[in-house]
Amino acid sequence: MQVCDLLSWWSEVQMGPPDPILGVSEAYKRDTNPKKINLGVGAYRDDQGKPYVLSCVRKAEAQIAAKKLDKEYLAIGGLGDFTKACAKLALGDDNEVIKSGRNITVQTISGTGSLRIGANFLSRFHTEARDVYLPKPSWGNHTPIFRDAGMQLKAYTYYDPKTCGFDFQGALNDISKIPEKSVIMLHACAHNPTGVDPRPEQWKEIADLVKKRNLLVFFDMAYQGFASGDIDRDAWAVRYFIEQGHNIVLSQSFAKNMGLYGERVGGFTVVCKDAEEAKRVESQLKILIRPIYSNPPMNGARIAATILNTPDLYKEWLGEVHGMANRIITMRELLVANLKKEGSTRNWKHVIDQIGMFCFTGLKPEQVERLTKEFSVYMTKDGRISMAGVTSGNVGYLAQGIHAVTK
Amino acid sequence: MSIFAEVPQAPPVAVFKLTADFREDTHAQKVNLGVGAYRTDDCLPWVLPVVKKVEQMIVEDNSLNHEYLPILGLPELRSAASKVALGDDSPAIKDGRVGAVQALGGTGALRIGAEFLRRWYNGTNNTATPVYVSAPTWENHNAVFSDAGFKDIRPYHYWDGEKKGLDVTGIMDDLENAPEHSIFVLHACAHNPTGTDPTPDEWKTISEVMKRRKLFVFFDSAYQGFASGSLDKDAWAIRYFVSEGFELLCAQSFSKNFGLYNERVGNLTVVAQDKDNLARVLSQMEKIVRTTWSNPPSQGARIVAITLNNPDLFIEWKGNVKTMADRVLLMRDQLKAKLIALGTPGTWDHITQQIGMFSFTGLNPKQVQYMIKEKHVYLMASGRINMCGLTSKNIDYVAESIHETVSKEVTSHWTGSDITVGLPVERKRCVARRSWGEIFTFISFSDSLKMEKSCCFLSW
Repeated sequence: MQVCDLLSWWSEVQMGPPDPILGVSEAYKRDTNPKKINLGVGAYRDDQGKPYVLSCVRKAEAQIAAKKLDKEYLAIGGLGDFTKACAKLALGDDNEVIKSGRNITVQTISGTGSLRIGANFLSRFHTEARDVYLPKPSWGNHTPIFRDAGMQLKAYTYYDPKTCGFDFQGALNDISKIPEKSVIMLHACAHNPTGVDPRPEQWKEIADLVKKRNLLVFFDMAYQGFASGDIDRDAWAVRYFIEQGHNIVLSQSFAKNMGLYGERVGGFTVVCKDAEEAKRVESQLKILIRPIYSNPPMNGARIAATILNTPDLYKEWLGEVHGMANRIITMRELLVANLKKEGSTRNWKHVIDQIGMFCFTGLKPEQVERLTKEFSVYMTKDGRISMAGVTSGNVGYLAQGIHAVTK
Repeated sequence: MSIFAEVPQAPPVAVFKLTADFREDTHAQKVNLGVGAYRTDDCLPWVLPVVKKVEQMIVEDNSLNHEYLPILGLPELRSAASKVALGDDSPAIKDGRVGAVQALGGTGALRIGAEFLRRWYNGTNNTATPVYVSAPTWENHNAVFSDAGFKDIRPYHYWDGEKKGLDVTGIMDDLENAPEHSIFVLHACAHNPTGTDPTPDEWKTISEVMKRRKLFVFFDSAYQGFASGSLDKDAWAIRYFVSEGFELLCAQSFSKNFGLYNERVGNLTVVAQDKDNLARVLSQMEKIVRTTWSNPPSQGARIVAITLNNPDLFIEWKGNVKTMADRVLLMRDQLKAKLIALGTPGTWDHITQQIGMFSFTGLNPKQVQYMIKEKHVYLMASGRINMCGLTSKNIDYVAESIHETVSKEVTSHWTGSDITVGLPVERKRCVARRSWGEIFTFISFSDSLKMEKSCCFLSW
């Protein structure tokens, strides 16, 4: 069969490198070592190492199935029951912003979709500044998302490798130099990848400085409830900033806290000056969304909305989120205990101090490579491990491996 | 001073605004012939029986969870969907040079394809490559390619308003004169909004010219099975082009033929020259997906994959699709018959010659406004009607309304908020983008509307 033109259209297309995060899971799958551990992707696992479908999710699904709903297109901005509840969850039921109607919240394709819509929106309408300042380090996908949206990436100091903690002074120094009107990305809680969060009094100083510098705040909240186990506590920074008068933009994900990963449930919120502005902003968000995917998928949003809007299910959900967060905290403690038992003399306090799904172990790339090659422990090169992948069954082996490569 | 102080109010997306206005209308006989979604004869949405069955299977399967799909989507969906488009015995599939990206509906598939082409086709990041969309076309085509970064989106002749059919000479002229390597968005079947498709012979001629002039083929296939009732027949053009050796992209939607509108199930089929090119192309598409939505939604994908991969369910699905297609064909026959019986001025053969969900009635904007405002029959400014909105209960009223509209000298003028002055497309990006598709619709449609005058398109 003769194929059109001897040369393919795609001869010059380069092979793209594997995704640094998702590529880890792929490598893990190929490994045949029975003791292998996947500490790559941030997806929660129960103590048997299995994916966990929340009980409140199953109940919500059963309720939804019984209703025999149709499959008609959602509005471009998504399911109203979901977006309202989504905003309330982040901002608090009684928040003045919601009462005055000065927020616009649209349903998005989980956290990534939300960040991308936000990035596109800022790129198109926030024309005074092209720069987005990410914490150093940040989630790997932040950079290409903003870049593809046409923004420029810069960074501010965040993580202190010496302490495996928050470099508060370093952050303040850098933030004080950020040009006015630039966009600053803040992780609301459970910083990814480090697990290092500012304390409330530190957040207050940051909020103050950010206001002085007149920066546009972009909060990424992918772990509300998952960090401390308490949804209000985890949203504290977001709510504080709004109280202080920052009109923020906010991305939310329900992938982790509701275990709805593959259903792609998220929200994007813009806090506006007033309801009139919110209407204008909403109209432009729709214009952005329509040529990407027209309108969002129903299934996950319907599940999330059912949970958030049904008191019994909501209560059950809070309990389950608390349970997931607790298991993580327990694993942190177990890992440190086991490392001590192995005879490690290193300071592993940061493993317990850090919060959320991830732990920045402090392992160097060469140590990570050894851990993977010799022990079949899979993690990202930056030394980040997903605590969700740790179980009471594998924590001993993990401690052995970490100790072996760090002693 | 708010950073968003200067954000202008964008006009509403026309087709959704139409439905919103319809909902608010309290008239007892109102009819919605706007949005393209199937309706039963009771004017209700229809969840396909096979979909209900498969959903129940999914609910009862406790081994299923909500984990992330791979970036490119559910493998079982991707392969089955490409097979549906290219045929079970497709040589290209056998050669291993067909791949796919699961996407959010047809829109998502188009967008990933457009983003890929902008980055990697005709050089790298060549935003100047002309993209040709039919005049008229689905209004979102313009925005998809424009937001993907293409700067030069042009119409190709398609609809001949006078003969109410395909402007074959116009198409061929545009193909001959398009710069080499231009991208052409072709509707695989059931052209939206005109319902007018090239014949197989016309497709052959189009293919010959496109091959000679090195033009890129990007199929939009949103109605496979829905148009004629036969999956194979509706995919004939795609398969022909593949057999002619084209490397092409085909954006597939399962919104209509599976009735899965809100689950956003789509598939971008990629036909490359060989495995190696395919692998590199897919790896780059992964990068694009990762910054757009990371990985696609699983529910709809599972429903389609299970159905397509199970022989019994596949047969059942084909039957459901035929049910929908047959009802549309019946409505076409009946509408035409009633218009003729009423003695409505004009010829109405195009109603039964056209295919798929939509019909380009030939009503002009003034007549459309009359239909909406006076008769409470809602249709697009282009005169496009959704045949699915017709039922045995409302078809008489609709036929009478068309009859009345066409018989009258409709001269009402609209002022103020009813008219949005058409803007030349270089101005105000956000408004122009939406208006572009509508302007194409108008210009190709009615010679009396000229760009120099206040080019009216109805913003209702």
